[in-house]
Amino acid sequence: MKLSDLTSHAGEWLRGSGPMSEVVISSRIRLARNIAGYPFLARCSRGQRTTIEHKTRDTILNSQIAPQTLYVDLEQAPQTDRDLLVERHLISKPHAAAEGARGVAIGENETVSIMINEEDHLRIQVLRSGLQLEEAWEQINKLDDALEAKLDYSFHPRFGYLTACPTNVGTGIRVSVMLHLPALKLTSEIEKVFRAAKDMRLAVRGLYGEGTEATGDFYQISNQTTLGKSEEEIISDFKHLVIPKIIDYEHHARRTLLNDKTVALDDKVFRALGVLRHARLITSEDTLSMLSHLRLGVNLGRIKDIDVRTINELFLLTQPAHLQKIQGKRLDGDVRRQARAEYIRARLNGN
Amino acid sequence: MLKCDNCNKPATVHLTEIKHGKKLEKHLCEQCAAQNEGLPVKSHTPINELLTNFVMAHSGLQKGTEAACDGCGITWAEFRQGGLFGCANDYTAFEKDLTPLLQRAHEGATHHVGKVPTRRGGTGVPMKRQLDVSKLRKELAKAVEGEDYERAAKLRDQIKQAEG
Repeated sequence: MKLSDLTSHAGEWLRGSGPMSEVVISSRIRLARNIAGYPFLARCSRGQRTTIEHKTRDTILNSQIAPQTLYVDLEQAPQTDRDLLVERHLISKPHAAAEGARGVAIGENETVSIMINEEDHLRIQVLRSGLQLEEAWEQINKLDDALEAKLDYSFHPRFGYLTACPTNVGTGIRVSVMLHLPALKLTSEIEKVFRAAKDMRLAVRGLYGEGTEATGDFYQISNQTTLGKSEEEIISDFKHLVIPKIIDYEHHARRTLLNDKTVALDDKVFRALGVLRHARLITSEDTLSMLSHLRLGVNLGRIKDIDVRTINELFLLTQPAHLQKIQGKRLDGDVRRQARAEYIRARLNGN
Repeated sequence: MLKCDNCNKPATVHLTEIKHGKKLEKHLCEQCAAQNEGLPVKSHTPINELLTNFVMAHSGLQKGTEAACDGCGITWAEFRQGGLFGCANDYTAFEKDLTPLLQRAHEGATHHVGKVPTRRGGTGVPMKRQLDVSKLRKELAKAVEGEDYERAAKLRDQIKQAEG
């Protein structure tokens, strides 16, 4: 598998199916792990960093952890490739921008990604479409066991898995669910979700995680507490308490729009469709916000000739790095906006 | 002014102890209080020193925590500035300063509960015992929460034994 093979379609997690997929885009679990006997990355010498990268890369590739694993050496990879991986949620923004020996192993149809030398020596991630937290946990837990059989993890009986930042110590787990909440946004009730999440010690972030804006009405909700609760407890809280409440809330807002504000809703939805089908120059921000309204329209049955999968793919394939990879060249400014508009028109009009 | 029970200096520390149902009062000078009772008393701390200590404590630049980790050389102040530890040893080297920080970040928790690797750091030593302890700790927390102190005491003894 090559990196360029990824650009023609969206990852497994964006296929638009899975439980609760009308609101829940994806479920993600990541585990932070460090190798015993080496300093954390901030205090690693160049040599130690390289050793960790080689050692873990070989372990991952030789242990048949995931079939058809693609390894990308991020120190060597050009910026477009790194941006592409960020857009596909396979590496983090800081990992793309960092320096020195580091990489990512991608497997199982992009549901698995293992970042080497990010903030911790290992950041293992499983990403699945819809609300599939238990399945994701089962998958990542096995993966973690397989790695642990070959690597010595840094672990302390009192503190648990030791991480560079004490906010991750203990289980080292971060459970994130990406939600599409356009109706709560349109009815100006989204603030209530933020407040409730804060009360439950959860973080709300944008499309690309830490420090990113909530574009396209996408919100990532994730746990902050990693110590003193087991993985299963954290996941169960999410599955049974947190996420169903927010989903109900979004459904309620969607019903309100549908029953009481039908014309206003249709106006939003069909304006978005009009822009996407006819614009000649479009920014990626505009695209996200129009696609968000379009997705709402499709979910509510206001538009019947476009499927959610196409919209989900467009969310991804119209991002700058994907667009440039598809076109096979660097695109700037209006040229890029024009290429984006043409691509969207072709996909939506042929549908 | 009262004089110190031990020497003739003015007594500035006044202690009341209840022993076998009897009230016992002690009046000591600062020096004797420090020596006999192990009470470090500083009654004449200048206000600016108090303030400095307060500010330092709240900015994480506490006095006496300038010590560096043997493993990676990072100091507590450096960690507070960057937010990242340098090596695994920092967790034990700065355990005292770290505990309140962990409590703030993790809803009051100070101990790991959850997955435990099957072996420990290349030694091949099974981690089963630690697993048991973390389970017991969890139960202990529940017992305390439910005010079942009898059970809590039993669990505490079991943890002590397991940690042996």
